[in-house]
Amino acid sequence: MSNTVSKTLEHKTPEQKNVAQVTQTPLVTYLLRLGDSALVLGQRSAQLCGKAPALEEEMALMNVGLDLFGQARNWLEYAAELMATESEGNNQGNIDADHLAFRRDAQDFRNLLIVEQPNGDFADTIGRQFLFDAWHVHLLEGLAAASDKRIAEVAAKSLKEATYHLRRSSEWVIRLGDGTEESHTRMQRAVNNLWQFTGELVQFDEIDQVMLDAGIAPDPDTLVTRWKATVDEVLNEATLTRPPYDAWMYTGGKVGHHTEHLGFLLAEMQYLPRTYPDATVW
Amino acid sequence: MRPSGNPSQAPTDDWPSNDLIGSDRSGLPPAGEAGDVDAVLAVLQEVPDPEVPVVSVVELGIVRDVTWQEGRLVVSVTPTYSGCPATEAIEQHIVEALVASGYQDPLIHRRLSPAWTTDWLTDIGREKLRAYGIAPPVGSASKRSLIGQPDPVVPCPLCGSETTERVSEFGSTACKALYRCRDCLEPFDYFKCL
Repeated sequence: MSNTVSKTLEHKTPEQKNVAQVTQTPLVTYLLRLGDSALVLGQRSAQLCGKAPALEEEMALMNVGLDLFGQARNWLEYAAELMATESEGNNQGNIDADHLAFRRDAQDFRNLLIVEQPNGDFADTIGRQFLFDAWHVHLLEGLAAASDKRIAEVAAKSLKEATYHLRRSSEWVIRLGDGTEESHTRMQRAVNNLWQFTGELVQFDEIDQVMLDAGIAPDPDTLVTRWKATVDEVLNEATLTRPPYDAWMYTGGKVGHHTEHLGFLLAEMQYLPRTYPDATVW
Repeated sequence: MRPSGNPSQAPTDDWPSNDLIGSDRSGLPPAGEAGDVDAVLAVLQEVPDPEVPVVSVVELGIVRDVTWQEGRLVVSVTPTYSGCPATEAIEQHIVEALVASGYQDPLIHRRLSPAWTTDWLTDIGREKLRAYGIAPPVGSASKRSLIGQPDPVVPCPLCGSETTERVSEFGSTACKALYRCRDCLEPFDYFKCL
């Protein structure tokens, strides 16, 4: 991981290079994974502003997106403070949550691959949200008991919001899956297409291990069991076929290897702050 | 997202270094009269929520604490939702109201824990919401609304009918759901349990 990052960053300014390098600290990386996933999924929701299939869904998408942006800010502010503390003396005191959101490139993002997948049709949008929510709620339940007080506080706050997200996305998956022939076909197709990105939700790597040992990350077996129970329950009620859990899965988002979609998303999201880096009001 | 202040300028280690309202000010002000919490709450009682202007920030339950830190007034405020876009406006309105009432240099402390719950809405606040046309939260937030749980009966704030239905889990703001009355046929906002 470190080799890849330093190799791809050689052409950058020293400041940006440092931001990527300090993400090697496990806690910072863990916070970036949480914050980046919320940020990128929030941005996907925001992209539907003015384009949602119905006014009520437009408001729901924007509200879910806002919740996720708020959560991203809480995680990234913490990450930025740790990075600023670590790099004290290296003239790196200006890292903040905005900096992390708007001044990093795709390979520096640590979000899950599933959240960066395109909005597609409404079944794709809601299927992505559901598969994420079903994991997110159970992850936050675990993080709410984290030994790190700040993580526990942010997780407890986020959990209240994510519970409503899951409730909404579950109901839509059921309504579309157990709906008309057309909606069933599309919902099944969305689940089938997104499935290959769900392996990463329950993937447990060395960063997770360090966080588990530190009493921060929840027990992975419990998380997997709960995630599967929620997915099985909802897909079953939606009369949808669940693809096999041992199917071949794409991974890499957690270490910065992304699908081609993330770069386009970031280009749009970061355009204004990168063009006017010193602006205080846009 | 706001720029981080220099942590070394924060009054104590307990304060978030990214609190712009606090970190913008250099040094502590001269010690003032410390102690009259009720007087401060009376000022805050006049600060409306920008999105639901019939209730004050006190009635909404987001003012969590009023203390003095070395003579400086410190008001702890908790956001309703993580991404609530009104959070910063509310903090600014509180500072402005306090300064206008003669409190020098008040500090806003943004507190996440314990997380805000609609259980903190005061009874007066609930009644004001209803009169404004927003159905107040039904029941206690300690009973989380999970999948499969039936929706609570939300009486229509306009005609009082209990024959209502949920149109969308999210209404005009994150804290509200959209409902419809099947008797008077009017749509209305429901302040969700959180």
